[in-house]
Amino acid sequence: MKSESPASSTKRLVTKLLFAVVGMFAFGFALVPLYDVICDITGLNGKTSGRYEMAAETEPVPVSDREITVQFLAQNSAGMDWAFGPNEAQVTVRPGEVKVVSYKARNPNDFVMTGQAIPSVAPNEAAQYLKKLECFCFAEQELQPGEEVDMAIRFFVDENIPEKITKLTLSYSLHDITDYEVAVEGIAAR
Amino acid sequence: MLPKAKLWLGLVVAALTLFSTNLQAAWELNMTQGVTQISRDTYDLHMQILWWCVAIGVVVFGVMLWSIINHRKSKGAVSATFHESTKVEIIWTVIPFVILILMAIPATRVLTEAYDSSESEIDIQVTGYQWRWEYKYLRQDANEEEVSFYSIMSTSREEISNDLPKQEHYLLDVDNPLVIPINKKVRFLVTANDVIHAWWVPAFAVKKDAIPGFINEAWTIVEEPGIYRGQCAELCGLDHGFMPIVVHAVEQEEYDAWYAEKQEQARVTREMANNVVTMSEALENGEQIYARNCVACHQAAGTGLPPAFPALAGSDVVNGDLRANIDLLINGVPGTAMAAYGRQLNPIELAAVITFIRNSFGNTTGDLVQPADVNTILQEAQ
Amino acid sequence: MSAAHDDHHHGPAKGFTRWLYTTNHKDIGSMYLWFSFAMFLLGGTFAMVIRAELFQPGLQLVDPNFFNQMTTMHGLIMVFGAVMPAFVGLANWMIPMMIGAPDMALPRMNNWSFWILPFAFAMLSATLFMEAGAPNFGWTFYAPLSTTYAPETVTFFIFAVHIMGASSIMGSINIIATILNMRAPGMTLMKMPLFVWTWLITAYLLIAVMPVLAGVVTMMLFDIHFGTSFFNAAGGGDPVLFQHVFWFFGHPEVYIMILPAFGIVSAIIPTFARKRLFGYDSMVYATASIAFLSFIVWAHHMFTVGMPIAGELFFMYATMLIAVPTGVKVFNWVATMFRGSMTFETPMLFAIAFVVLFTMGGFTGLMLAITPADFQYHDTYFVVAHFHYVLVPGAVFSIMAATYYWLPKWTGHMYDETLGKLHFWLSFIGVNILFFPQHFLGLAGMPRRIPDYALQFADFNWISSIGGFLFGASQLILLVVVIKCVKGGKKATAQVWEGAQGLEWTVDSPAPYHTFATPPDPKLIHAQ
Repeated sequence: MKSESPASSTKRLVTKLLFAVVGMFAFGFALVPLYDVICDITGLNGKTSGRYEMAAETEPVPVSDREITVQFLAQNSAGMDWAFGPNEAQVTVRPGEVKVVSYKARNPNDFVMTGQAIPSVAPNEAAQYLKKLECFCFAEQELQPGEEVDMAIRFFVDENIPEKITKLTLSYSLHDITDYEVAVEGIAAR
Repeated sequence: MLPKAKLWLGLVVAALTLFSTNLQAAWELNMTQGVTQISRDTYDLHMQILWWCVAIGVVVFGVMLWSIINHRKSKGAVSATFHESTKVEIIWTVIPFVILILMAIPATRVLTEAYDSSESEIDIQVTGYQWRWEYKYLRQDANEEEVSFYSIMSTSREEISNDLPKQEHYLLDVDNPLVIPINKKVRFLVTANDVIHAWWVPAFAVKKDAIPGFINEAWTIVEEPGIYRGQCAELCGLDHGFMPIVVHAVEQEEYDAWYAEKQEQARVTREMANNVVTMSEALENGEQIYARNCVACHQAAGTGLPPAFPALAGSDVVNGDLRANIDLLINGVPGTAMAAYGRQLNPIELAAVITFIRNSFGNTTGDLVQPADVNTILQEAQ
Repeated sequence: MSAAHDDHHHGPAKGFTRWLYTTNHKDIGSMYLWFSFAMFLLGGTFAMVIRAELFQPGLQLVDPNFFNQMTTMHGLIMVFGAVMPAFVGLANWMIPMMIGAPDMALPRMNNWSFWILPFAFAMLSATLFMEAGAPNFGWTFYAPLSTTYAPETVTFFIFAVHIMGASSIMGSINIIATILNMRAPGMTLMKMPLFVWTWLITAYLLIAVMPVLAGVVTMMLFDIHFGTSFFNAAGGGDPVLFQHVFWFFGHPEVYIMILPAFGIVSAIIPTFARKRLFGYDSMVYATASIAFLSFIVWAHHMFTVGMPIAGELFFMYATMLIAVPTGVKVFNWVATMFRGSMTFETPMLFAIAFVVLFTMGGFTGLMLAITPADFQYHDTYFVVAHFHYVLVPGAVFSIMAATYYWLPKWTGHMYDETLGKLHFWLSFIGVNILFFPQHFLGLAGMPRRIPDYALQFADFNWISSIGGFLFGASQLILLVVVIKCVKGGKKATAQVWEGAQGLEWTVDSPAPYHTFATPPDPKLIHAQ
């Protein structure tokens, strides 16, 4: 520092600090994927992972006699007026046993709407043990006016689920993601 | 000196009188001990930390006060020259650290206890809306009649605007309280429909954020029957201060009877939707429903709060096509604050409130809407 | 002293352009201070509206929506408009004089970082007059209340925050460059006054977290206008993510508002105790420890959000740890007073009140760190009492102490001691009547941010409002004292205070327009 003029050392320092500023701005955005990774690992907020890809071709089989109750909940988010709910209130499964359950959804409006279901599991720590092989939440659901559908979930509960968890709750919140720029005439017609 | 003393005495007396006239409830100074094991443990923990803080404060401020009194220049104090001591620094780093460990041990114990959500007997889905709570009791079987209802503040707008005297449980009363049995583990699955809310009942030491799209869980075992009150604890917009929580904790038999009655009610409401009401019944009922559900945005005189909340007085929708009006109420207006009331009110209530708004605030359509009409539209939609 | 009379420097230009084009650290410091005082009065006015509405149960003066705008604007204006610019103003005035530098390292950027501020706050305040109303989602602006459900003016809010952030970042770069590159020969790092040290660390904190704040409001902007779903569950986002990112900024921000206060108090107490600061080295290390810890405790603001127990425990323990370095600081201040030779002029009174009341805020902070207890405290008036204790008799008192302490150096006149003491005592009594009962309100179960409350909260709200009006009115005394002192008064000596140590006291009072154009005599530089 002594060998260079104050002005040039200031310039170098400011450049470094500006890099730090840009770096921290980027870090703010990096927190987004980082958060998802942390959620995936810890089940933070009850987020479940995406489709479970099986290692072998064989289906998982029951590996224990423990019985776990899985409850199903449904909830519409604001502005979503579809009739939406589970066809079964709850099922009992053994770890490793594959179950299929379904939810019913109906678009009561006279225009095409698109919905997206978002799963959430309580207790949060159970989220990582609920493995979905198939789920309507993996895709957007487009329903014609008055159309009613049954939407399936195929899942199993991982054998490593902690002993103390005997009941877990799978909740879907249904969101309206219709592109209203297109559907706006339908609304105006109301 | 004497007149001055008298003046002070007078002021104190005046202040005390003011307090006592103002004294509508006890001077609540401390956290409630509550009616659950967790709430009592939390209280004990709170007191323990508080006393630690008081003790540390007495020592530190005591030394300071002593110095302030004795080591002042006006008393001829001459300043010492010492200004560092590694030994002393280490001592006052280590001692607080040890105290913190002593605090952390009970804190960890209570937290672990609060996180033990195993094996509940009753599960209730609690959903926050702007600005009401919905309670839905989870069933074993999808064919059972479902008990689910909205819980809305029942304090009248006139009490809030100071036009009527305030009742004892001002702002803390609801139309439909949550009912739970005592001595049973009740699990709450907390979520929200729109923005973040927080479900808080101090007597249970339960506070959980209700987050749209995600569920959180909390639980309680209430030990004493009683009525317990709480409030939304997360800023959720306009009426954040007006979405109280009331929980009735009752004996098991009473709970069972209440639950059966609620199931019966749900069944009857479905069937009763075919009854015929008169104009005056509809208006009376409609006014109450309006006061509870609509007043926050559309205002008591139907003037609304434009632009976000349109006026109903003279509104094109309210004075226009009846069917369109009913559809709007049932389905809401996506992308605005107007909620879909088709899933929040039953057909009787929907019919009544439509009748009310179409015949109030200077609106004179003369339409009398029957529950059956609304039910037909609802059925069509289903 | 000879440095001040360097002949090739000229005095300030005349008229408004002096202030518009100035690159002089003293001018810019003064502008920052006046600006922050104006914002303090504006934010204070909002607080008066809040306390007036809460004076009695029922809605009397404002509707709930306007009430929410008031709480939001009060928080934003006080944090970003009053406290932070006041510290930057003090840094501008004092840091060059304390380290023997002729000016800040980047004087033109300094001018910029001040002059964009009024635009930011004009833009933010203008929303009050717009049809959609001002931001009403709380100063913490949690999504989705601040995105999907926000009034249209949220976009103005976002840009205002961007500008404030840019101003803070430029200010911080300038301060770091000044401290690291402009110190007079002989001014080693461990001889720097603690105010300089605490500001150096604060500036690094600002550079680390202001960009994150800019990031989070940018994400909001994208969610609102460009259809992204950072915080919207429907598109795979998560409202809780907002809180994590916000508090990653927000917790260090809290220390940004208190570390410079530590520096100020560490200057004032030794002066009036006529005794060297006890444990200088440990003060520096404690400040650095607090700054480090501030990055790993953010989720203690979110204990009720539903984290796994391991997360709750980690954030609880980390938060409790902050008590250790903070305790060291308090103990050092008390040890500095111990066996001193104390006098109690206004700056000292404010500094002592700071130590006591800030420590009380620290105690409640420790209580709030205890997760299970926080389930009961969270989002109640207990929290309101806590953070106002650390910010008002904490940060704000330190700024007032600093003002009284250095006012004679800035103006060349002694301030009116009687009025100063009156200001102190009214503020001290007012602030305690205002905030102490709020602890009780919170414990009894009153949620924060509500425009109306249940009847059992009536008494303490009434008392709190009286305290609020007293405290609010008392601040006008400060304005009178400062104006009187600028206009005239007893001539101040260079030393000003009998026990004052440091380079700023070696130049004349008022400090000449240009100081230390030639570096000070190294013999004048003593260990603190």
